[in-house]
Amino acid sequence: MGKWSTFTDGFVKNNPTFVLVLGMCPTLATTTSAVNGLEMGLATLFVLVLSNIVISLLAPVVPDKVHIPVYIVVIATFVTVLQFIMQAYTPDAYKTLGLFIPLIVVNCIVLGRAEAFANKHGVLESLLDGLGVGFGFTVSLTVIGIVREILGSGSVFGWKFISGDGILAFVMAPGAFLVLGYLMVLFNKYLKKS
Amino acid sequence: MEYIIIIVSAIFVNNIVLSQFLGICPFLGVSNKLSTATGMSGAVCFVITLATLVTYLLNQYLLVPFGLEFLQTIAFILVIAALVQMVEIVLKKISPSLYQALGIFLPLITTNCAVLGVAITVVTKEFTFGAESHMLNLGQAIVYALATSVGYGLAMVLFAGLREHLALNEVPKSFKGLPIALITVGILALAFLGFSGIV
Repeated sequence: MGKWSTFTDGFVKNNPTFVLVLGMCPTLATTTSAVNGLEMGLATLFVLVLSNIVISLLAPVVPDKVHIPVYIVVIATFVTVLQFIMQAYTPDAYKTLGLFIPLIVVNCIVLGRAEAFANKHGVLESLLDGLGVGFGFTVSLTVIGIVREILGSGSVFGWKFISGDGILAFVMAPGAFLVLGYLMVLFNKYLKKS
Repeated sequence: MEYIIIIVSAIFVNNIVLSQFLGICPFLGVSNKLSTATGMSGAVCFVITLATLVTYLLNQYLLVPFGLEFLQTIAFILVIAALVQMVEIVLKKISPSLYQALGIFLPLITTNCAVLGVAITVVTKEFTFGAESHMLNLGQAIVYALATSVGYGLAMVLFAGLREHLALNEVPKSFKGLPIALITVGILALAFLGFSGIV
């Protein structure tokens, strides 16, 4: 039960996008379509899970004074590994997400979970926490991506149901802020228990 | 001419916050008051320019000659972290008043993705000037970094001003706090969209 809730907390109670409001830059920048949102979410999930595992193992031996630089190096290493993997197997996704792949290093979700969770808990729990928060992030990004894709280009996951263009502003910068703002309103109204 | 294109493009057309989505966390976090917003913009401006200078040289004279470009991410984030720490120490000794004014914003800048974002952009992206496009040289890179951080400051100050007014208004309960702020940024970004096509 305790372990299961560690995993499910990431979806609603500790949802990284709508409750903790962490990692806003990739959330806004890469959700121009459902597929892009999904890919960014999965990329972050990969780094989050692996760095959570390694940091939970390292935490007891790292002196307190240098723990932040050590964590950042661990995270940056996994991001570099991810860059290699994506360049080799999904070059198209690597190109679309561009700058935001190396920027996972400074995504506050990853360092935030390392600080708030992984350095105080065991390997298994840190793994579950990484998976939960990572999936919560992926789901949020995909939902934002779906809404923007419907409004902006009239399609879902590339399947077009309206001929012609959508409201172009929604796939550009302003749409990102507006969609996230209104989704947050809905989240506050229906899902958050005060 | 190229310098003018870089400056106008970085401040207005490709504004770092409103069209490139970098540095959103501090943008939303410290824009409650105009005075803190100005402080943060000053600190960011300082660090972005300095970090771009150092990482550009590091990349050109160490990483590229030895074929170590894949280490960019790790090397740059370490340089930025060390730089922020150093700036903090130096500032504390030389100008305590400025240090006081910037206060808590300095350590926060390490995790501001605008800094790493600009550092990576100038060494990997080709910029387009009219018909031709090429990588930036050192002078252009510094100008780009400076103009970008001015754009950051502009967006930050504009938004802080709007938010101070927003705080005085009644908004529905579900909209309170961040949601209404995000919608406001959306409208601000819509306004900045009007600049596209200038260069």
